[in-house]
Amino acid sequence: MIDREQVLHVAKLARLRLSDEEVERMVGELSGILDHVDRIGNLDLEGVEPTSHVVALENVLRPDGAPWQSLPRDTALAPAPEPYEGAFRVPSPQAE
Amino acid sequence: MSELLSLSGVEALRQIDAGELSGDELFSAYVEAAAGDELGAYLWRAEPGRPGCAGHGDGPLAGIPVAVKDIFCTEGVPTTAGSRILEGYRPPYTATAVQRLTDAGARVLGKTNMDEFAMGSSNENSAYGPVLNPWDRERVPGGSSGGSAAVVAGGLAPWSIGTDTGGSIRQPAAFCGIVGLKPTYGAVSRYGMIAFASSLDQCGPLTRTVSDAALLLGILQGRDPLDSTSVGIDGGISLPDREDLSGLRFGVPAELARDAVDSGVRTIFEQTLQKIEELGGEIAEVSLPSAEHGISAYYVIAPAEASSNLARYDGVRYGMRAGGDGDLIEMYETTRSQGFGAEVKRRIMLGTYALSSGYYEAYYGQAQKVRTRIAQDFSGAFEAVDFVVTPTAPSVAFKLGEKTDDPLAMYMNDFFTVPMSLAGIPAISIPAGLAEPDGGGPRLPVGFQIAAPAFAEQRLLDAAYALERGIGFDARPGGANG
Repeated sequence: MIDREQVLHVAKLARLRLSDEEVERMVGELSGILDHVDRIGNLDLEGVEPTSHVVALENVLRPDGAPWQSLPRDTALAPAPEPYEGAFRVPSPQAE
Repeated sequence: MSELLSLSGVEALRQIDAGELSGDELFSAYVEAAAGDELGAYLWRAEPGRPGCAGHGDGPLAGIPVAVKDIFCTEGVPTTAGSRILEGYRPPYTATAVQRLTDAGARVLGKTNMDEFAMGSSNENSAYGPVLNPWDRERVPGGSSGGSAAVVAGGLAPWSIGTDTGGSIRQPAAFCGIVGLKPTYGAVSRYGMIAFASSLDQCGPLTRTVSDAALLLGILQGRDPLDSTSVGIDGGISLPDREDLSGLRFGVPAELARDAVDSGVRTIFEQTLQKIEELGGEIAEVSLPSAEHGISAYYVIAPAEASSNLARYDGVRYGMRAGGDGDLIEMYETTRSQGFGAEVKRRIMLGTYALSSGYYEAYYGQAQKVRTRIAQDFSGAFEAVDFVVTPTAPSVAFKLGEKTDDPLAMYMNDFFTVPMSLAGIPAISIPAGLAEPDGGGPRLPVGFQIAAPAFAEQRLLDAAYALERGIGFDARPGGANG
């Protein structure tokens, strides 16, 4: 179960602004999904190693020096909504 | 569908070698066919005189066209991942998988429609509209690589590539009556593949035959210095030529007996088991006791990784920006709220919740342990059998809109495909026959899934090839443009 307050808190963490209708729907849908997911909560998995990755690789190293060509600055900036003098321009972090 | 547009890739190459056909001729025929796409399967198409990232056409693939899921970055060519938030984005570089194909002489025919950021099992989550199943336009093609499956089945591309995180190649291949292969995690580079869940995402081919899947995988696979998790397949991949299945053991999960599967799908599955025995293969029962928890573990792990990966869409470096008149946080929130669709928001919320303070161990930690158990189940099974087999999906293609109001019912489509993804092992879906949907209606394709141990793709393809020939599936949809 997840309630309205939790949905609003998680939305804030995720940088999502949800409409009232979206919040209502999210409460129902996420609760339904979590009810199902909660089934694994009751499994006894004491001592089982968690798997974060399936490939048996550790510390993949490469020789010094990048194996690729870095993108020219203008190319990297081209897809940006607001490139500005060689940088990404964003609104001020503080409300005016 | 003309004969030219129903050739397999291998057959087209044979005709090109024999001087009966040219790559240019085939490319032109497909450009014309793709221009008449009525399935909503393409988001971008090469045009005569506007080939985009088409490639030079020299090499073993001899200029044959290939369709590419819109999740692969293609330099200078629009790449949206099915999302509004990437509308108009033209990447400054090309994904390794696409580069390998064009280096081998393939030409990019188009970018295919998909569920937004590969999150979905019906292609109904695309910001650019659904894809219609060429067998029945009132039904979904599956997802998330729905466009990549529909073009191959519908005569709009000879073959394609897609991505599979929890079944996104195999399930649409099953729904569209074609072959779909998810390679071992790490077989193919993920460089330039827009990330959904990084520990699960893997690129693979969608084709008309098992031989075509082998040919494409042979080109796609390999270690890539730009993806440190890529390892490639030792010895590469050659075209399969196995005639029978003698000496091979196929394991059917004991748990399957009580799993919810449509009766038509179950019938075709059982017929296919008989076919395996006729071909000299042996059927045995195996136990995968943790596999039934695959969906629960997957819908914690995948959204958790997605919530982190999708944090990059913030209106700063690429894609759309909205709310730029307010402060920075307001811009982030407005951009993301307008740019993401409902399913993507749902998964970001689910993943953020599962990773949040106080819930991390209960959800993410526990799901990772279930993942270990599932991988152990498969390892145990592979001590007794060569392959594990299941239906690819619990049903045939369902109707558009049928499951859109019930996310959990939609997730259940992945029931048979998710365990292999969590274990990182390869699995292929081949068309096994046609079955009526539960509730009646015209017969639709059913997929048969075969899974093998990690990096055993050659054995998997050899067995799938022998079975494909034994089944002799030759049904075709009415035609995408007819």
